Amino acid sequence: MVENIGTIFQWLIFLGVAFTSIIASFLVITRKNPIHSALFLVLTFLCVAVLYLLLYSQFIAIIQVVVYAGAIVMLIVFVIMLLDLEEELRSGLKLLYSKVIGIALAVLFLFGLIYSVAAKSLTGKIGTYTPEKMSANVKAVGEVLFTQYLFPFEIVSVLLVAAIVGAVILSKKRT
Amino acid sequence: MFDYVWLIPLFPAIGFLINGFFGRRYDKKIVGWVACSALGLSFLTSILIFFEMIGRPPTQRVFEKVLFDWVVSGSFQTVIGYQIDPLSILMALVVSGVSFFIHIYSVGYMHDDPGYPRYFTYLNLFVFMMLNLILANNFLLMFVGWEGVGLCSYLLIGFWFEKDSAANAGKKAFVVNRVGDFGFILGMFLLFTSLGKHGIWTLDFTEVFANARLLDPGTVTAITILFFVGACGKSAQIPLYVWLPDAMEGPTPVSSLIHAATMVTAGVYMIARCNVLYSMAPISLAIVAIVGVATAIYTASIGFCQNDIKKVLAYSTISQLGYMFLGVGVGAYSAGIFHLMTHAFFKGLLFLGAGSVMHALSGELDMRKMGALRKKIPFTFWTFFIATLAIAGVPGLSGFFSKDEILWQAFSSSHGHFLLWLVAAVAAGMTAFYMFRALFMTFFGESRVDEHAAHHIHESPKIMTVPLMILAVLSVIGGYVGVPHVLGGANHVHEFLAPVLGGGAEPAKAHAGISLISQAWASGGESGGHAAALELFMMAVSVVIALIGIGIAYLFYVKNPALPKLLAEKQKGLYKLVFNKYYIDELYEILFVNSLKQLGVGLWRGFDDFVIDGTVNGIAYLFGWISSVMRRMQTGMVQNYAFSMIIGGVILVGYYIVRAIFY
Amino acid sequence: MVIPSVPPVLYLILSGILFTIGVIGALTRRNAIVVFMCIEMMLNAVNLTFITVSRFLQSMDGVLFAFFVMAVAAAEAAVGLAIFVMVYRSRETVNVDEINLLKW
Repeated sequence: MVENIGTIFQWLIFLGVAFTSIIASFLVITRKNPIHSALFLVLTFLCVAVLYLLLYSQFIAIIQVVVYAGAIVMLIVFVIMLLDLEEELRSGLKLLYSKVIGIALAVLFLFGLIYSVAAKSLTGKIGTYTPEKMSANVKAVGEVLFTQYLFPFEIVSVLLVAAIVGAVILSKKRT
Repeated sequence: MFDYVWLIPLFPAIGFLINGFFGRRYDKKIVGWVACSALGLSFLTSILIFFEMIGRPPTQRVFEKVLFDWVVSGSFQTVIGYQIDPLSILMALVVSGVSFFIHIYSVGYMHDDPGYPRYFTYLNLFVFMMLNLILANNFLLMFVGWEGVGLCSYLLIGFWFEKDSAANAGKKAFVVNRVGDFGFILGMFLLFTSLGKHGIWTLDFTEVFANARLLDPGTVTAITILFFVGACGKSAQIPLYVWLPDAMEGPTPVSSLIHAATMVTAGVYMIARCNVLYSMAPISLAIVAIVGVATAIYTASIGFCQNDIKKVLAYSTISQLGYMFLGVGVGAYSAGIFHLMTHAFFKGLLFLGAGSVMHALSGELDMRKMGALRKKIPFTFWTFFIATLAIAGVPGLSGFFSKDEILWQAFSSSHGHFLLWLVAAVAAGMTAFYMFRALFMTFFGESRVDEHAAHHIHESPKIMTVPLMILAVLSVIGGYVGVPHVLGGANHVHEFLAPVLGGGAEPAKAHAGISLISQAWASGGESGGHAAALELFMMAVSVVIALIGIGIAYLFYVKNPALPKLLAEKQKGLYKLVFNKYYIDELYEILFVNSLKQLGVGLWRGFDDFVIDGTVNGIAYLFGWISSVMRRMQTGMVQNYAFSMIIGGVILVGYYIVRAIFY
Repeated sequence: MVIPSVPPVLYLILSGILFTIGVIGALTRRNAIVVFMCIEMMLNAVNLTFITVSRFLQSMDGVLFAFFVMAVAAAEAAVGLAIFVMVYRSRETVNVDEINLLKW
């Protein structure tokens, strides 16, 4: 019974967070006001962070909150504020048709995805990082990041520099 | 010397190349020298070979010289090779000799023409092709020459191509010739495949004629009729003669050379060469004879009313060709070739004389505007007169002997018939009439010449009159090599050609035929005596007919010049019919030319424009249309692009799912 | 009775749903900023997949991959938003229907 409590909690949290994220993401795409969409996006990100926690990836969860919910969405909100965007107007019938087709296609895609993950169980070589080892997440990430994945790490740093330079240049006012 | 037979066609070929490439760069005199000396050397070589030939016994007079392999294809092999035998060397002598004189004449006649080098280039090319035709040792090479002379005829008839009528006449000649050539080609194909059925794949003369007896008579009849169609086209017999009168648009020496002496005789030569085949098919011989004699009398009647001196001579040529075909059609191949030879002399002379008259009158062609030129251009007059005597068949000149040989053979040979002789004799009378009509209208009577031309009447320069005189001499003495036995001669022509042409009307008897008649004459026996007396009688009849023709012409055109007009008025309808050449040209136009033109236009519009252009343009239009549809994919709107990516994603996922399910 | 823990397939389905919702949003909305947000949502869903598989196959490769994806997403956000600002400056609009010069 005792060991079941852990899994029951796991199930409860998982189901709650899953539904919350689905509803939040749905609201992201349906709100007219972009600020509302941004706020619901934050909620989605937070839910996903909780899911990361369930999956023994604490480091990534924190990074998710800091980078995504903290930085990216904030940037988005700032830009919305800067651009003084209005609400979207209702679209006409023609656009409705194309929207319906798009939605239908995406749902089709979803069915395909669901079928492909449900049909077979997860295959692949079982690695060495058991959940206990993964629990010391920062240590585990550090171990792999600075040995095996050093080169991509450096490349990503170059990429970030490029992004910074690009952003600065792009937003300069032409004089 | 026999080995060098390939020099005979080579010299004119070299002349053609030199004049063709460099003719315009240097002086006119050099062009003339090159062309004439090429022919002169060719003629010299022919003479040398001829003398060597008569030095040999009759059985050793055939020689083949192979230059190189031409077609080597499985079991069929053809070579470029020349064959010397009595027939080809006689033809080569005639062709190269008459061409040589006409070249010399042309130097004077075409002196002021701006196309001088081009003229001699074409003329040399023509002689080259004609010599190829004559000297070839197989059907394919002969056909190359056959087509080549047709081409040169087109080039030379349309020599003054800026004139519409000349260009059209050239086209007409080529197209009508082509119709005949088609028959010739079919004949060659049929011959080739029929012999091939017996396992013999060849087109060489010697092999074909040696194996001809393997073919069945029906096939041989078909082959020979097809060859005759080709001969009709080339030698202007009914129904393909219509190009020859129009061919008078070309320069007069061209008419003399091509349309009197050489090209038009190619058909007769071809039939004589294939005498083995023709003797196996009496039906086609009959066809040849009947068409020949019908053409002879038909075109003689047209000659009655023509006013253009060259047209009269053109119809006379067709008529004389009819005689030659009559000769070969009754099996008298050597008589046909003999008449070919004498005709080359006097008809060539007649044309050159007409050219001389035109030169004197600054280009006047219409005989109604000539007259009383006898004293003013004596050389031309006397040579023309000799030639007219020859063509009319006046005894003593060459035409008499050859024409009479044909008439006698038409009557007496095993393929001959009394009716053939009768029609031919009437045609002979008509020939005498209209030729003397031409003579009298041109040289006698009152002068009807235009004022302007009358001041410039002058005799032609020596370079033109000397060939006239040489040809006149040949017209007189040329016949004496073929004097028949009944008159005491030995018919050298017949004997000379016998190894190639057989003994004549009775091929089975070969030499025996001649010896029969000469024996009969010597012994004075019953049948022999009858034959000789009959021949003499018929000779006398034809002479009388000729004299009657001459007399009528004298009456109409010298004694009483108003008579022709009266007759024309009285018989207006008949006159109109004959004057317009029986409207045959118009008939052909309606029957063939218009319908083919309609077909051409229909195919052009319907097929070329609609189908082919439509397909090509349609494909281009199709691509344009597809791209205009596909263009709409590039809306510039990013969400559309994302949409297409999603479609791709769906397809990919679907593919893997399907693969997982079914495999 | 031991209740089994959450199977991985559920996480993957959830990730698929999130991704699909992101696709629908990217195709449907006309405001460029909202489209961008949906793209970030899609990236998130993919990250979730990576982490899931990494956890259940006991490997750190997926975690690292998700880490790099996040870094790239951040860079992309910076530059992308800068572009939006520029576009707004010259065209006065961020409606994707009206920014359509990328065509023939």
